[in-house]
Amino acid sequence: MVERLTRGPASVSELSRPLAMSMPAVVQHLHVLEHSGLVRSEKVGRVRTCTVEPAALRAAEGWIAARRTAWERSLDRLGEYLAEHPDEPPKRSQQ
Amino acid sequence: MSDRSTVHSTFAIERTYEAAPTRVWRAWADPEEKRRWFGPQGPAKAEHELEFRVGGLERMTVQSPGGAYKFIARFQDIVEGERFIHTYEMYLDDARISVSVATVVFEAAGGGTKLTMTEQGVFLDDLDSPAAREHGTGELLDTLAGHLQSTGD
Repeated sequence: MVERLTRGPASVSELSRPLAMSMPAVVQHLHVLEHSGLVRSEKVGRVRTCTVEPAALRAAEGWIAARRTAWERSLDRLGEYLAEHPDEPPKRSQQ
Repeated sequence: MSDRSTVHSTFAIERTYEAAPTRVWRAWADPEEKRRWFGPQGPAKAEHELEFRVGGLERMTVQSPGGAYKFIARFQDIVEGERFIHTYEMYLDDARISVSVATVVFEAAGGGTKLTMTEQGVFLDDLDSPAAREHGTGELLDTLAGHLQSTGD
């Protein structure tokens, strides 16, 4: 659903069409996304149009990428540390 | 926009080290050893404590320009030399910013060790705060600098 919305705003019925979900289930899912701040919706006449909140999406992606990067960096430092302190070398260390 | 949000993420990272699993394991289990590679290694100030047993806690606080980052982990499962699972929370000052489950698996690979870390996390609230952005950007730039240094010779 979020993936569809990153391509542009869509009505609730447009969002539900490709999904094997009942309309109430789609609406409930949208409520969760709206509550999380990732999606915004606006009702004009009888049509409710949903848009993704780009700032929230970017922030979350950036934050998660930063976390992953921090771990990648830690694990690289562990590799450097092990290379500098091999004081329990593997038994089969000959080439 | 609401300032409450929950975003879920799962990622896995793999590394292969030229050291036996018992050696790699000790680098995670021994507080003195873990301090040598985990957390800031530069002039940044960090406090770290580690009690590596099921139910034991690991805490680290790092002072940064964006605030004090706190990492609090609890070891949930330990199979000596093979795997451990910890749950951890991250705080920026007093605000909880994430809750995660991280699984670290150690496997013998040739004469070395293949390590796989899988994190399943919930990232909380007000993610776009200037402090969070600063932290994210800072980490990325640090990583880039570190990478350039290590590949520059």
